[in-house]
Amino acid sequence: MVSSIIFVILLGVTIFFFTKRIREISSNINLGLDLDLSGNSAERWKTMARVALGQGKLVTRPVAGIMHVFIYLGFIIINIEVLEIVIDGVFGTHRVLYGLIGPAAYGFFINTFEILAVLVLVACVVFLLRRNVINLKRFRGKEMVKWPTSDANIILVVEILLMGAFLTMNASDGLLMAMDAESLASLGLDKYSGFDFGEPFLVSGMFAGALSADPATLMFTERAMWWFHIIGIFAFLNYVPYSKHFHIIISFPNTYYSRLQPSGEFNNLESVKKEVELMMDPEADPYAAPAPDENAAPQRFGAKDVTDLNWKQLMDAYSCTECGRCTSECPANQTGKLLSPRKIMMDTRDRLEEVGSAKRKHGQDHEDGKSLVGDYISKEELWACTTCNACVQACPVNINPLSIIVDLRRFLVMEESAAPQELNMMFTNVENNGAPWQFAQADRLNWKDE
Amino acid sequence: MAENIQIKTMAEMAAAGEAPEVLFWVGCMGSFDDRAKKITKAFAKLLNQAGVSFAVLGTEESCTGDPAKRAGNEFLYQMQAFTNIQVLNAYEVKRIVTACPHCFNIIKNEYPELGGNYEVIHHTQFLQKLMDEGRLKVEGGAFKGKRITFHDPCYLGRANGEYEAPRQVLQKLDAELSEMKRCKERGLCCGAGGAQMFKEAEKGNKEVNIERTEDALEIKPDIIAAGCPFCNTMMTDGVKHFNKEEEIEVKDIAELIAEAADL
Repeated sequence: MVSSIIFVILLGVTIFFFTKRIREISSNINLGLDLDLSGNSAERWKTMARVALGQGKLVTRPVAGIMHVFIYLGFIIINIEVLEIVIDGVFGTHRVLYGLIGPAAYGFFINTFEILAVLVLVACVVFLLRRNVINLKRFRGKEMVKWPTSDANIILVVEILLMGAFLTMNASDGLLMAMDAESLASLGLDKYSGFDFGEPFLVSGMFAGALSADPATLMFTERAMWWFHIIGIFAFLNYVPYSKHFHIIISFPNTYYSRLQPSGEFNNLESVKKEVELMMDPEADPYAAPAPDENAAPQRFGAKDVTDLNWKQLMDAYSCTECGRCTSECPANQTGKLLSPRKIMMDTRDRLEEVGSAKRKHGQDHEDGKSLVGDYISKEELWACTTCNACVQACPVNINPLSIIVDLRRFLVMEESAAPQELNMMFTNVENNGAPWQFAQADRLNWKDE
Repeated sequence: MAENIQIKTMAEMAAAGEAPEVLFWVGCMGSFDDRAKKITKAFAKLLNQAGVSFAVLGTEESCTGDPAKRAGNEFLYQMQAFTNIQVLNAYEVKRIVTACPHCFNIIKNEYPELGGNYEVIHHTQFLQKLMDEGRLKVEGGAFKGKRITFHDPCYLGRANGEYEAPRQVLQKLDAELSEMKRCKERGLCCGAGGAQMFKEAEKGNKEVNIERTEDALEIKPDIIAAGCPFCNTMMTDGVKHFNKEEEIEVKDIAELIAEAADL
């Protein structure tokens, strides 16, 4: 009874803080500009099924891809077990699903969970080795110092501990449940009786012999691991939305809202379109447009800060798990330039967190005088991009760093006139000669007579 | 251009009350760059050989606005687009073929929203179509035994998902097609896109075209085939950087086909 009350309180606290944080993230994402991504739902579901559910883009790198599939399947399937743990916790039952689905099916489930737990363990160990011993280049880089590195290691260690607790819990429980009902009753351990699996669990049964055979110790181990496992999961659930690990949730909506156009298609800025029409179209009547709203903030050309980006670009930022596939495929990064598409996404997220929490603290109109361009992302990074789309192609959760880079460039060019000198010369040539070089338009057809 | 190939402009055709099967959008590189002009001429010869009725805009053509747009100058791009669309629509152009993936991408994907709706075809796609229809016949004899590798242009490949047409066309050459370790979806950029062509690269430890040329050199090709005048320049410079210009040619697919067809 007491344990049920403690459990319910813990569950409530977990859910409270988790939803509070999710609301924060969603209000941060809503700081972005509107973008209509409704419609095409059939194609969107298909993209989500292929990319997120089916891990379609992960396996292009086979080692990391398969290891990730282990952890992903383990996560999804072992969560059925968590459901049982929660029911047991609330009602004080023991392995409640056993009675509902019968010994054969239940035994099959537990054995499946245990195999997955081992695969998750193996994958986490391999991932830790890749990050800390093999020191893959992809996990280094200037944006990967301090928190991002510890974040990744914390997640892997916690997963190893949780899987270890799960297997140890099953090992001790398996021994207890195999004892005859009378001895259990004489020790006051009735809740472990009434189970009959015929044979030990597939994985935990193998090392159960290493545990003490004393029933009281076994019960203590079983309870301790049970509580450790579930409290660990509650804590982890509240760690996730502060971590790169949030991708396990947000990559589903993020892939659903993937860009469906060819990746070479950049958006045409509406604000510019109006201006150009007024300038070039003799039919356009400047007075025909409704009077502009006096109180409306003037729309910027391009993006200076996160609030000039659209909500999908901000959702992209929260979906980034810092795997660095984008950066490792980036031609600029490979040739030693400052640009790293991963850093673009991390900077966008960090700046958005900063802006969002300041607005919650000091009110919606609060300005801190900082911006994404300049304080987080330098011009040098932005001008190194070849717009080749390699980062977009590489991202396993369909993040588009390129669209942010281009919006920031637009701000630099159209609001600040801060393009590199050579580009300004190119602009002048296009404007005057209709070509990026200083050739006369009248000479365009000269090739035919040469 | 020697021989008796007539390059007609849209203005001339319109004056004669004719309409071409397709408009050949030459692009700035194809019009002004000495190396790229050879690609333009090779493609024009192929069109002529296949009996395609085509026209160019000539002096009425202007930059699509691609380098301006990728650099962030949306104003300049939209002004260019506006002007070009007015010209194209005035001639009631329906189909456009171009040997430049940047022109191809921007007219195909970004002009429609501004009022320019055309069927836009990259020249490798067009050549494939002409060959499939039997209008263009190529004997690959001249290239027998040569090793050719194709460098995917970003704005044809990743940007528009076209990886097969250039390869299908190259297949007709009877040569040995060999892929670089990074190709198709994972093909490395030549370094020219995003307006990089017009500026010095940012500080780094290598030029992108050198990195890409190394990919090509690894498989020891006789010919690096390109499908973009910008890639062509970058790869040519890369080959020169390694003093390999005697052994390795960088050629556009149109040039290779024209050569095979003895044009």
